[in-house]
Amino acid sequence: MAAPLGTGALTEDTGQEKQDTQKEKTVPPERAEEAKLKAKYPNLGQKPGGSDFLRKRLQKGQKYFDSGDYNMAKAKVKNKQLPSAGPDKNLVTGDHIPTPQDLPQRKSSLVTSKLAG
Amino acid sequence: VAGFGSLMQDVLWCFSQVKGTIDIGVTEADIISTVEFNHTGELLATGDKGGRVVIFQREQESKNQPHRRGEYNVYSTFQSHEPEFDYLKSLEIEEKINKIRWLPQQNAAYFLLSTNDKTVKLWKVSERDKRPEGYNLKDEDGRLRDPSMITMLRVPVLRPMDLMVEATPRRVFANAHTYHINSISVNSDYETYMSADDLRINLWNFEITNQSFNIVDIKPANMEELTEVITAAEFHPHHCNTFVYSSSKGTIRLCDMRTAALCDRHAKFFEEPEDPSNRSFFSEIISSISDVKFSHSGRYIMTRDYLTVKVWDLNMENRPIETYQVHDYLRSKLCSLYENDCIFDKFECVWNGSDSVIMTGSYNNFFRMFDRNTKRDVTLEASRENSKPRAILKPRKVCVGGKRRKDEISVDSLDFSKKILHTAWHPSENIIAVAATNNLYIFQDKVN
Repeated sequence: MAAPLGTGALTEDTGQEKQDTQKEKTVPPERAEEAKLKAKYPNLGQKPGGSDFLRKRLQKGQKYFDSGDYNMAKAKVKNKQLPSAGPDKNLVTGDHIPTPQDLPQRKSSLVTSKLAG
Repeated sequence: VAGFGSLMQDVLWCFSQVKGTIDIGVTEADIISTVEFNHTGELLATGDKGGRVVIFQREQESKNQPHRRGEYNVYSTFQSHEPEFDYLKSLEIEEKINKIRWLPQQNAAYFLLSTNDKTVKLWKVSERDKRPEGYNLKDEDGRLRDPSMITMLRVPVLRPMDLMVEATPRRVFANAHTYHINSISVNSDYETYMSADDLRINLWNFEITNQSFNIVDIKPANMEELTEVITAAEFHPHHCNTFVYSSSKGTIRLCDMRTAALCDRHAKFFEEPEDPSNRSFFSEIISSISDVKFSHSGRYIMTRDYLTVKVWDLNMENRPIETYQVHDYLRSKLCSLYENDCIFDKFECVWNGSDSVIMTGSYNNFFRMFDRNTKRDVTLEASRENSKPRAILKPRKVCVGGKRRKDEISVDSLDFSKKILHTAWHPSENIIAVAATNNLYIFQDKVN
């Protein structure tokens, strides 16, 4: 970055095009993106934006545990390991029954913030 | 105010300070989640995902170097919130500080509100520079003296000690929110404040922690009918009866608490008509307002949605008076931004002290300023590469297609993990604080 500094003039940033200049000038970029998404996920809900996201937002932090399911699963697979959580431990999906080992460690930050270092 | 230029072309932004460490991997707890100057700009508070608050204080300007602006140094730090688990609801409650709001200073101590998803706390930050000495019943180390050995009485005196700054929780406002708190706002009466979650807004008195008044409730009787949530709320800076709240559908409602106890019916409804030909799957998501801020004058509100910042005149409900494109080049990337969840990022926006310039963050550690008078805008970057003392920040530019010039960066090279969601502007001077993940940058204008 060898450009001289301190010229006193701020660059006017007007280079943002509203339309995708590469192709499809007739199709708004949002619609083109929507088509891309629907091609990838054909079963995506008809309701645009909408309730799915809101429900997910409202359910943030919810961790369900059913002790009945847990004990039955334990009884069924006495010798085997229970299927463990995937990389995202916050999502309980499919046959996975949360085990105590799956719960993320909840501990408070006893460490001082690095901003104060 | 000396050195305060309201027009952007007069201002050259320079690096001043950076707080935080350069780590290869960022510890999640260190991610800064809120930044706020107090009403005089003397103090700057940050909150992080680990529930900690750090307060910086501006040092007095040195007489030896009058041109060197005061730097911000650590004043106090404390653990505000802890992680919790609500066993009754099977709900994990994070300790992340969503917002900090200062109370105006009324005595020697400083007061601030900090909140996580469920609980608001009032903290008192005070200085202690004297301590009593010469007790009769205990000696200087605190050990109790045998009363039978005491032959003389003395009067304890206050003696100077090294300055100690202590933070104590004075009030805890808990158990009033079923949903997640997104905003808190101190009323101009300095006696009350509001806290807003996804569906409800509550009004509190600072002195009373076991009750709050519900002033907005948009929860439908049947949750299947839920179509929008509250995303942000703020009190009017001067009129203690007026507040606004924004929604996930891109609308803003202004309410007057004098009309009814429950302000479900708005006094004003701000919405920009949508162009039906532009409607897509993404339309509602990108129209969701992530932040709403009154101007200092109280005449305007500013809203931030995914791609734009808008300024609204309180007297005109049918459309904003100004719309600024923050990063319109992302419009043709919405598919991948949806897949990586970036489309749900919640950017904040701020006014400068004179309401002439507005600022908001973007990706790649870029942040944008818009001068409302000249209509000029600039993109700057918070990076360690530009962190020599008083180094002038060079404007950045994103190349949207065609030939990329030497200094430009192409859209596909932007780092979407480096997002600037939280910024703050000093109430009267050209000093800004920019949170870049786990680092806090402070920039000032160049003093000639």
